[in-house]
Amino acid sequence: MTTDKTMDKRSSAFEYAPAPESRSVVDIAPSYGLFVDGEFTDAADGKVFKTVSPSTEEVLSEVAQAGAEDVDRAVRAARKAFEKWSALPGSERAKYLFRIARIVQERSRELAVLETLDNGKPIKETRDADLPLVAAHFFYYAGWADKLGHAGFGADPRPLGVAGQVIPWNFPLLMLAWKIAPALATGNTVVLKPAETTPLSALFFADICRQAGLPKGVVNILPGYGDAGAAVVAHPDVNKVAFTGSTGVGKEIARTVAGTRKKLTLELGGKGANIVFDDAPIDQAVEGIVNGIFFNQGQVCCAGSRLLVQESIQDELLDSLKRRLSTLRVGDPLDKNTDVGAINSAEQLARITALADQGEAEGAERWSPSCELPENGYWFAPTLFTGVTQAHRIARDEIFGPVLSVLTFRTPDEAVAKANNTPYGLSAGIWTEKGSRILAVANKLRAGVVWSNTFNKFDPTSPFGGYKESGFGREGGRHGLEAYLDV
Amino acid sequence: MYSRYARRYARLVTMPTNAPTAAHALSDVAASDGTLRRFLHGLPGVDAVGLEARAASLGTRSIKTTAKAYAIDLAISMVDLTTLEGADTPGKVRALGAKAVHPDPTDRTTPSTAAVCVYPDMVAVAKEAVAGSGVKVASVATAFPAGRAALDVKLADVRDAVAAGADEIDMVIDRGAFLAGHYLKVYDEIVAVREACGTSARLKVIFETGELSTYDNIRRASWLGMLAGADFIKTSTGKVAVNATPANTLLMLEAVRDFRAQTGVQVGVKPAGGIRTSKDAIKFLVLVNETVGEDWLDNHWFRFGASSLLNDLLMQRQKLATGRYSGPDYVTVD
Amino acid sequence: MSNDVSNSGSAARRLSVFKTYKLYVGGKFPRSESGRVYEVTDSKGDWLANAPLSSRKDARDAVVAARKAFSAWSGATAYNRGQILYRIAEMLEGRRGQFVREVAEAEGLSKSKAAAVVDAAVDRWVWYAGWTDKIAQVVGGGNPVAGPFFNLSSPEPTGVVAVLAPQESSFLGLVSVIAPVIATGNTAVVVASERAPLPALSLGEVLATSDLPGGVVNVLSGRTAEIAAPLASHQDVNAIDLAGADEALAKELEIAAADNLKRVLRPQAVDGAADWTAVPGIDRMTAFLETKTVWHPTGSLGASGSSY
Repeated sequence: MTTDKTMDKRSSAFEYAPAPESRSVVDIAPSYGLFVDGEFTDAADGKVFKTVSPSTEEVLSEVAQAGAEDVDRAVRAARKAFEKWSALPGSERAKYLFRIARIVQERSRELAVLETLDNGKPIKETRDADLPLVAAHFFYYAGWADKLGHAGFGADPRPLGVAGQVIPWNFPLLMLAWKIAPALATGNTVVLKPAETTPLSALFFADICRQAGLPKGVVNILPGYGDAGAAVVAHPDVNKVAFTGSTGVGKEIARTVAGTRKKLTLELGGKGANIVFDDAPIDQAVEGIVNGIFFNQGQVCCAGSRLLVQESIQDELLDSLKRRLSTLRVGDPLDKNTDVGAINSAEQLARITALADQGEAEGAERWSPSCELPENGYWFAPTLFTGVTQAHRIARDEIFGPVLSVLTFRTPDEAVAKANNTPYGLSAGIWTEKGSRILAVANKLRAGVVWSNTFNKFDPTSPFGGYKESGFGREGGRHGLEAYLDV
Repeated sequence: MYSRYARRYARLVTMPTNAPTAAHALSDVAASDGTLRRFLHGLPGVDAVGLEARAASLGTRSIKTTAKAYAIDLAISMVDLTTLEGADTPGKVRALGAKAVHPDPTDRTTPSTAAVCVYPDMVAVAKEAVAGSGVKVASVATAFPAGRAALDVKLADVRDAVAAGADEIDMVIDRGAFLAGHYLKVYDEIVAVREACGTSARLKVIFETGELSTYDNIRRASWLGMLAGADFIKTSTGKVAVNATPANTLLMLEAVRDFRAQTGVQVGVKPAGGIRTSKDAIKFLVLVNETVGEDWLDNHWFRFGASSLLNDLLMQRQKLATGRYSGPDYVTVD
Repeated sequence: MSNDVSNSGSAARRLSVFKTYKLYVGGKFPRSESGRVYEVTDSKGDWLANAPLSSRKDARDAVVAARKAFSAWSGATAYNRGQILYRIAEMLEGRRGQFVREVAEAEGLSKSKAAAVVDAAVDRWVWYAGWTDKIAQVVGGGNPVAGPFFNLSSPEPTGVVAVLAPQESSFLGLVSVIAPVIATGNTAVVVASERAPLPALSLGEVLATSDLPGGVVNVLSGRTAEIAAPLASHQDVNAIDLAGADEALAKELEIAAADNLKRVLRPQAVDGAADWTAVPGIDRMTAFLETKTVWHPTGSLGASGSSY
């Protein structure tokens, strides 16, 4: 064979130069108040807390910290607003939500940068996943507001009243959209508490409500800690509680609302199984596995954190997977080429680290691609554990981080048995080119969302939620209306 | 370790367990139409949505400043500068050759293109035009672009081009035979053309992916071509509606990656047709970089079949050098 | 017309510029192939404008345009179609003044009544924008067949729909019949109100600037009966909405439509009595939807018939 290299390229490999998204597209104020009854106000007790950028530990802003008194004020504002809001024709509520959807679209670049700063996830994800989904969610539920009679819940289904909503830090604005859009479309008013590590996008959303001309009191935003969330849940004048977060807190909430008339939906943890059969489209399966566990640094309740691979293709699949992981780009979340960003907080990093160390201690084989992690901020390299069995803690506990546990199976029966052998039941994946196997396995899986030959797909029209200890109720789709209607 | 293909094929052929000496063992695959079919249909399936999503996702890479300068020069060096028109004349081909050698007369640091690509009757003219420059002469042969001629005629076409000095032969496969399931016919034809190329010319095998239609077919054709001795696998003639796309090129890159892992033999990839802008070209280079890596990042292993692409690359190169946007009056028209 | 000459300041009187009303076909604004126009007057009989008098060939061209647009429009995501329908509402809101004037002149309404009509038309687009990604959830779904099969029914658009717009309600009625047809992915050939075609022809200008692909809606003006006949008998038209046909014409067209078994939506009330202000149901969408049911085996996990 000839050797006709006209360029000596081996001296300079194709290294991508930094491609940082501009920080200047978002203007973060030095301090923010609570958003109650259409106004930004201080907390009653004057408390504040700092929110930091997890990729640099830089303080982004100081935010008022809601307490029980503030919760009471917000619930009263929401109650007051409920009367008029619920009496509006659905077509008028629809138009408010359409406005919000459009303003989110217009401001999506600003919001994407903000979310990346406050959360630590890559700009690629906030730009291409979080923000488009947020706008789409408002757009979808806007359309339901004047069509509730067609949704299958009776001719004229009524709202519940004041919805108390507590959301997590992994998709701050998207989880807000999942909560607020259906609540407002059905005629409820809202008191929402964002997570303490990611309050900013919810406060920017308050400004979007202002731009949209939303009547005051319809949406109230209360940044704060767990105590504020507990106060929202426990408030006697709240008619509906919606929570997304850990299973432990979800159980606490279920106990709190016991004996009340409050309607409850919970979207909790998961330990999703991603099942790869030997006839899978292998290159796409590798992509799906990577997306399943490294999307948002694995801080996703429906992550495919357990890879169940048919033993006959284990070696080949793991080789491909490792080769692929070696191309993941870990680092500055604002760089447009970053695939894996920062862990959201020091606490979360400590939890991931502890569980991973335990996996190693229990004898699973640990592997990570070589990658340089930044010095400041909270970082964890993409990690693979092989030789994991159902008895390992890393196969049972939700790690909520970029850590994949690899188990094997021999037959479809065994795959299903292992996939279902968990208290959780949120998501699962099936990879095979055989259609009937997809459907047979899907039928047997005890999980609320089953992806086949894909993973981590979300759409406002598609219901999402768990079986078993992954919670109850569904968000998204026609089904998502039920949680906010008196039916 | 047994690879997937070996395992699927275990009943048909005995393979050594340690690649890469397996290349010749795989030749038994072509013992009959039946064995060839069973092998090709045993390759893992391709999920179209997933493949296209991966290609699109790599298309969002942001290649800036130094990386962009590197990529543009690399892309220029990978261009098979092509003219394949009924109206081609020696004058046109000479102009093309001159441009291939010195793409930007105002900047001699601009790399030459990899090759010029012409019809067989223009090889001698092209050869003279690029003499001494290191730029190769590639020629389409085998009754390009339809490939609808007797094997003798196709081989004569190839021998003509080789005799006239072609360094590379771009052949088309018999898509009709492929789609009819006559894989062995396609295989034998490639083997025959490979022989006609002799030791001096490298063989690029064009699948016309737009006519093969499905990704499963493209993966099968890729393996078929590589098994038959292709030095390069190439997407398209540029003469049909759908030519090179990021997805079909990604799929072919996966095929050469897997083929080398199994046999130790490295095969090049050439997307052709429809790549017109620097932005497009850089997306393809990102596909190469993140799928097969730097082993394929030079013009011995990756080419662009293109004509108008070169001028856009040159304008972008000027933009990087001067900070101003260039215009079509500042690159040469040939 | 009331605004053809206006006083600007103290001195010169400015002569206004008349608009040439044209058809809207395939995303372009052609004159009629016939080269003919007809006089359009207001409710008092005063001249408003000349409108194109469409011929059979204009109808044919419009069907070709609608068919060409069908593949991409029906293949677009429901979300995308919803965004575009909402965009139509946005653009219409921005030209509210123009439509209020045209509707007032066309239907002899007061400014405030005409404004209410235009507002209702804007809201109607919003209503259907919200339906694009919900209709399948309301009329489709899984079927629990008694066997090891996955079985799913989904609505699909029927194809090219000829729409005879209501004669009396020149704008709200018009929007009320176009929007449900295209919301679900059909493409439309619309015959405007014969007597009052100007709001329909102006709507074409809104549609053309709303990201709606050319050919999805095509608007013809002229003699309803003349244009409708070739549409009703056209073998490449899949359905026809007879809202703007009187009883005799409706029967004649329904007979012609039987040649290729077009889906026919009969006039639901005598035109003048139709109440277009009422909140619509889903009938105008389902009239132009096909239901496709897909079967796929599920089976058991293992050859031995798993207990799992």
